[in-house]
Amino acid sequence: MTKHSKLNDFVIKLANVNGTGSASANGLLMKSIFRMGIPVTGKNFFPSNIQGLPTWYEIRVSKDGYLCRSGKVDLMVAMNAETYSADLAEVDPGGFLIYDSTWPRKDLTERSDVTVLGIPLSGMCNEAFESARAKVLMKNVAYVGALVALLNIDMQVVETLLKETFSTKPHLADANMLAIKMGYDYAIEHFDCPLPLKLEAMDRTAGHVVVDGNTTAGLGAVYAGATVTSWYPITPSTSLIDAYSIFCQQLRKDPETGDNNYCVIQAEDELSAIGMVLGANWNGARAFTATSGPGVSLMSEFLGLAYYAEIPAVLYDVQRVSPSTGMPTRTQQCDIVSAAYASHGDTKHVLLFPSDPTDCFHMSRTAFDLAERLQTPVIVLTDLDIGMNDWMIPELEWDENYTPDRGKVYSSEQLKDMDAFYRYLDVDGDAIPWRTLPGVDPKGAYFVRGSGHNKFGGYTEKSDEYKDVVDRLRRKFDTAAALAPAPVLTKNDSIASEKRWALLSIGSCDGAIREARDRLIADSNTNLDYLRIQAFPFHADVLDFIEQYDHVFVIEQNRDAQLRQLLTIELNIDPNRLLPLLSYDGMPVSSDFIVEGVSQLIQQGQAA
Amino acid sequence: MSFLKKPKISHPGLPKNDIGLTIRDYEGAMSTLCAGCGHDSVSSAIMQAYFELSMQPHRVAKVSGIGCSSKTPTYFLGGAHGFNSVHGRMPSIATGANAANRELNYIGVSGDGDSLSIGLGQFAHAIRRNINMMYLIENNGVYGLTKGQFSASADRGSTAKKGDANPYSPIDPVLLAISLGCTFVGRGFSGDKDHLVPLIKSAIRHNGFALLDIISPCVTFNDHEGSTKSYAHTRANMRETVHADFTDHHEEIVAQVSPGEFKKITMHDGSRVGFKRVDEHYDPTDRISAISYIEEHRAKGEVVTGLLYLEESTTEMHSVLGSSEQAMATLPYEKLNPGAATLAKIQSRWR
Repeated sequence: MTKHSKLNDFVIKLANVNGTGSASANGLLMKSIFRMGIPVTGKNFFPSNIQGLPTWYEIRVSKDGYLCRSGKVDLMVAMNAETYSADLAEVDPGGFLIYDSTWPRKDLTERSDVTVLGIPLSGMCNEAFESARAKVLMKNVAYVGALVALLNIDMQVVETLLKETFSTKPHLADANMLAIKMGYDYAIEHFDCPLPLKLEAMDRTAGHVVVDGNTTAGLGAVYAGATVTSWYPITPSTSLIDAYSIFCQQLRKDPETGDNNYCVIQAEDELSAIGMVLGANWNGARAFTATSGPGVSLMSEFLGLAYYAEIPAVLYDVQRVSPSTGMPTRTQQCDIVSAAYASHGDTKHVLLFPSDPTDCFHMSRTAFDLAERLQTPVIVLTDLDIGMNDWMIPELEWDENYTPDRGKVYSSEQLKDMDAFYRYLDVDGDAIPWRTLPGVDPKGAYFVRGSGHNKFGGYTEKSDEYKDVVDRLRRKFDTAAALAPAPVLTKNDSIASEKRWALLSIGSCDGAIREARDRLIADSNTNLDYLRIQAFPFHADVLDFIEQYDHVFVIEQNRDAQLRQLLTIELNIDPNRLLPLLSYDGMPVSSDFIVEGVSQLIQQGQAA
Repeated sequence: MSFLKKPKISHPGLPKNDIGLTIRDYEGAMSTLCAGCGHDSVSSAIMQAYFELSMQPHRVAKVSGIGCSSKTPTYFLGGAHGFNSVHGRMPSIATGANAANRELNYIGVSGDGDSLSIGLGQFAHAIRRNINMMYLIENNGVYGLTKGQFSASADRGSTAKKGDANPYSPIDPVLLAISLGCTFVGRGFSGDKDHLVPLIKSAIRHNGFALLDIISPCVTFNDHEGSTKSYAHTRANMRETVHADFTDHHEEIVAQVSPGEFKKITMHDGSRVGFKRVDEHYDPTDRISAISYIEEHRAKGEVVTGLLYLEESTTEMHSVLGSSEQAMATLPYEKLNPGAATLAKIQSRWR
């Protein structure tokens, strides 16, 4: 049997039972690798459940800095008897499996191409620890100890991390260190350490941090100057609001008065959550909500009102597997169409597509600026993979020169110089009217309504007056397309081959596409330009890009090729030129999937 | 034609209030409701109340949902911003607006369909949060705009125009609000402006959620014999239990207790509400006895009116949230942006 021999480039998967405290042990493992200077990410595949169901944590170590799922598992730590056979089956030939040999499993370890290492984790912990809870928790820490020996992790780094984590509870640091040592000693004594899969310190994580996108989006809202949020708890968006709230508690207490310079309101449902956001934005505060697909369905009526009455709003949709309740703890990009056209009638919304936690931070600011500039809802379409997994990103930077774009709002002074104010006039020719805020000046008063209104803001049932307003709203989307972030182009002109194919995608597919593209180019010297769309309505560059190639592969994470649908409808493109490549099993798309998919599409194209 | 402005000509002798405005300055656009609609009388009482309180119209924000009642904010206080939102969802708009700017005065106008059917959830939760606002339900027991279906406030046995009797028991917003912990609950009748104006003034000055359920007959679909929300039936069965007089904070308070008053409550801003007992034994500060009194009389087919429950509230939303006194909407960005150095510090925890 050939064993994998890999340095700083492999995947560890840890199969656990949820509610057993494995998350902190797995986090410790991932962070230790990060602190050794080796690029690493952690993805959590967890159940919609509190305790007792299978959960996995997948750590990708990549000296080259590829931070997506590769699609392979080199080392499995199989701690869950229920999923043992499936976990064993998933290991790549030549890989390794560690299991708790307190209960030997001869019958289940028969795979000749996988090296199985048994460690009596429970047995050791049952002897060493008193409380029932510690016995359960520490066997997770003990396997981390074994991996320190097997993978050649720097023990000093582990010890420092534990001391930092438990700085206020030193006895816990000691207990954890004891468990680490037990696992470590057992591995040294019984196996050839390190394994052919091993780590060696590098210097590629300096200037980087490990964080999830919900945290950076919540922090981004703080930096954007948002003062009001209202939401209804829903996986996987809840931690975004939690992050905003916690950062506000730390950063938004008025130093003089001790009062809160923010309002966080837990709503009774999503309808109310978005209603409060509209009320607050109408009144001049930057307000937002966060939800997932089911919440967008419920918010649709109000989104239509905001579109038609031209009220700014920011909504983060952390997408999860649908339809209906779907799989709430799995990821997809499945709300593209429903978000773009949320609500009845001729309604459209501005969408932003962050690709990682860095984008989540910076696009928060962009979302509020666009919402107020355009006076319309802006939906930030992130997803569970970005929002809840541990990403390695360059340290975030803040431009001190930033000032929020509050859009066209007449001040009291401006109103005093005017004969009369009318809400929906296209004064500047960009299809964006001026607005006024309640309480500022008697001359600014007008009536917001979702019923038919004319350009003066008055109620109307006259056809031409109605059309005048909705035609301007359509034109406003041309302005939106020009103001929204342009797509990101990646190309390599040093490759001479003709440009028959290209890649087009959005959001969290980015990491997997970048790795897959490097591999495809290296293997076949194929020219593969890649455009990542950052916003809807589509920037003019999107159509220009598509028109350069015979076929464009549209890569996205849903069943119905929703991005492709939107491109076809909005840009009037021949659908046959856009070939879909779809990953929708609920797992973050892997680079293997894209390499195989694109290779097949190219082969089919050449055969045709 | 609600977009038609009324001609702004006023008699020079019209009385002015403390800020130099006449009642005409509190008017809105022309009403498009049916002639004789109770809602127009309510609008008129609202104008009177704001005029008498000498409030700047543009410092008031008007919010509503969908329905005949929800159209009325266009017909009063033309100088105030208004928001005619979606059906049953006005409370969330009001909550968000109030969160963003606590310095404005909020008036929400709703109906029995808007608040007790489609909007029951939001209505209940706005009460729970004790949003500082006046919330009016113009209650006529019927859906007018869709031509006469029963609403959730229609009494069991009350008949529709074509004769069908309503088989379901009604939701009484007054009892519901008291049970949900509402700190100001009153009931009035659109046909009794003298009593309505002080009720509205007290509600405006209440520091917290003030509910006024106003029986406001629908002359087109629910004013016939057999309806329990008609003018005639309401007049015959109305039982004013406790009468509230309102004294604004800046008016001189001459006597501690005027004749007939048995209780005075000082409001948040120093204004006072004096209660005159019409029915002996009724105590508008005792929640439990208020509920049983209203229930007993409802069982007899009587409509109990007056300022039925008042508790000087200290728990309006912002005091619970610990919000800054300055409106969120006007906080300068410098106060909101933690800056680049703080960002670096935050990220040291992410290594």
